[in-house]
Amino acid sequence: MSIAEDGTSGLKPAVNEPESALYDAEEARYARARRIEAVAKWALPIIVMTLAIWGWDRLVVINNIPKYILPSPGLVVETLIKDWGILYPSMLVTLKITLTALAVAVVGGVLLAVLFTQSKFAEMSFFPFAVIMQVTPIVSVAPLIFIYVTNGFVALILCAWIVAFFPILANTTLGLKSADHNLRDLMTIYRANRWQRLRYLQLPSALPYFLGGLRIAGGLSLIGAIVAEYVAGSTAAGSGLAFRILEASYRLNIPRMYAGLLLIALMGVAIFMITAGLNHFLLRKWHESALKRD
Amino acid sequence: MTDIHRDIKPLGERPRILQMQEVDKTFNGNVAALRRMSLTVNEGDLISLLGPSGCGKSTALRLIAGLMRPTRGRIVWDGGQSADDLGVVFQEPTLMPWATVIQNVYLPFRLRGQSLASVRDRIGEVLHLVGLDKFVESYPRELSGGMKMRVSIARALVTNPRLILMDEPFAALDEITRQKLNNDLLSLKAATGCTVIFVTHSVFESVFLSDRILVMAPRPGRVISEITVDQPYPRDSAFRTSPEYAAIARRTSDTLMAAMGNTEMEAET
Repeated sequence: MSIAEDGTSGLKPAVNEPESALYDAEEARYARARRIEAVAKWALPIIVMTLAIWGWDRLVVINNIPKYILPSPGLVVETLIKDWGILYPSMLVTLKITLTALAVAVVGGVLLAVLFTQSKFAEMSFFPFAVIMQVTPIVSVAPLIFIYVTNGFVALILCAWIVAFFPILANTTLGLKSADHNLRDLMTIYRANRWQRLRYLQLPSALPYFLGGLRIAGGLSLIGAIVAEYVAGSTAAGSGLAFRILEASYRLNIPRMYAGLLLIALMGVAIFMITAGLNHFLLRKWHESALKRD
Repeated sequence: MTDIHRDIKPLGERPRILQMQEVDKTFNGNVAALRRMSLTVNEGDLISLLGPSGCGKSTALRLIAGLMRPTRGRIVWDGGQSADDLGVVFQEPTLMPWATVIQNVYLPFRLRGQSLASVRDRIGEVLHLVGLDKFVESYPRELSGGMKMRVSIARALVTNPRLILMDEPFAALDEITRQKLNNDLLSLKAATGCTVIFVTHSVFESVFLSDRILVMAPRPGRVISEITVDQPYPRDSAFRTSPEYAAIARRTSDTLMAAMGNTEMEAET
């Protein structure tokens, strides 16, 4: 015995009409709008960005603005290439701080979220600390951290971690609690133990939430690292990008400040794109957010 | 055709599986969801719990599933209860969206620690029974509402449980799909000999499917009448237009109306 089909499967038209006959004016308009949209998605940002850079360049040239006030975009790129030997190692330092802080935030945030969902008492006890850590501006805490933590690198990671960790914790906790209640009942009926429930139901349910938190935390860990470097200034053996920018500002080397800024922005964009790509890769098969609809 | 088939005996000769004995369920100390509910389930039964919303049908099911405890009374399984006694189908398909059809049906085995390889044949067999052979590696979102429900039914059947609980499984489907699934459920029952408690608010569904209908009334939820549908299986679409079907549907409907009428009058006095 086999049951073939639901009544829901679509019926094919009996006569196979030529495509042009079905292609009426409205459909053509719709298809054209779709094509334009597909091109505009890429073309528009590029055009607007190019125009903005061109406008910046014209502004500098026409008004004859001195380079120690506003360098032209060409000069910024030139400086980036010329100072690459200084800026690139600094970028690696900042990148290392950012990624280490993000990694620790992911591990710590997820573990703590799991602990919170396993034990109400743990959540009651420790959640307020997490909130306090989140709401206290890192700029105001960082000086203390640099006093207590003698290893400058560790102190910087600590600052970036404090900023990045909360979105992961909050989102993952929410996700772990958002498992479908019928599936939870099913787990009870099949007598799943705590570990199985976590492994087969709660963690997969939490994945989209976690990835949302990761996207926020990725940006925040970079911000945290940069802010901490600024606060540390020259005290914390800092040679990251923020330190270079500070240093350049003391020397009124404005083009190098812009070059450093450009690198930071590029890093931020790269982190965003990687987390967005990860999000798409992990959810594309099943989650609403990653599905295309016509 | 399958190694899991149980022969269904005539109504009077079936061994007992479970008894609900004078069960009360009260919420928050005073809201009586269920009062003096008694129910005997025998092997091979297809019992419908029929009643309006709020009559405690789902509560009764959750009590049997062990998801809550009775306030008073007992639920007794003959020969004791074990983890693989139950299969459940909810009103929603309740599939894991991140898992393929086969992974979803594999879940009960996985929770018992059995490897996929060791039960793959069994899963294939059940998916064949529900007509989803070609969708083994599909994700739930790729399936229609009716097909998702079939996966859910396959998951409930796959462990060959002593009792399957169905909580208005087809209520959210369109009429055509629902009738098709009703037919298919009877075919499945004929093929596997499974025992089912089926919660519904549809008189026609309950008459078509069951050999016994327990009509329930609300406030407090209780069984007010038991109707035996002594029509032989297999039943097909022709049964839906037969005079016997019409007569039983009329009787069931009248019982239900009387129950509701009484309740309303009780509420007024």
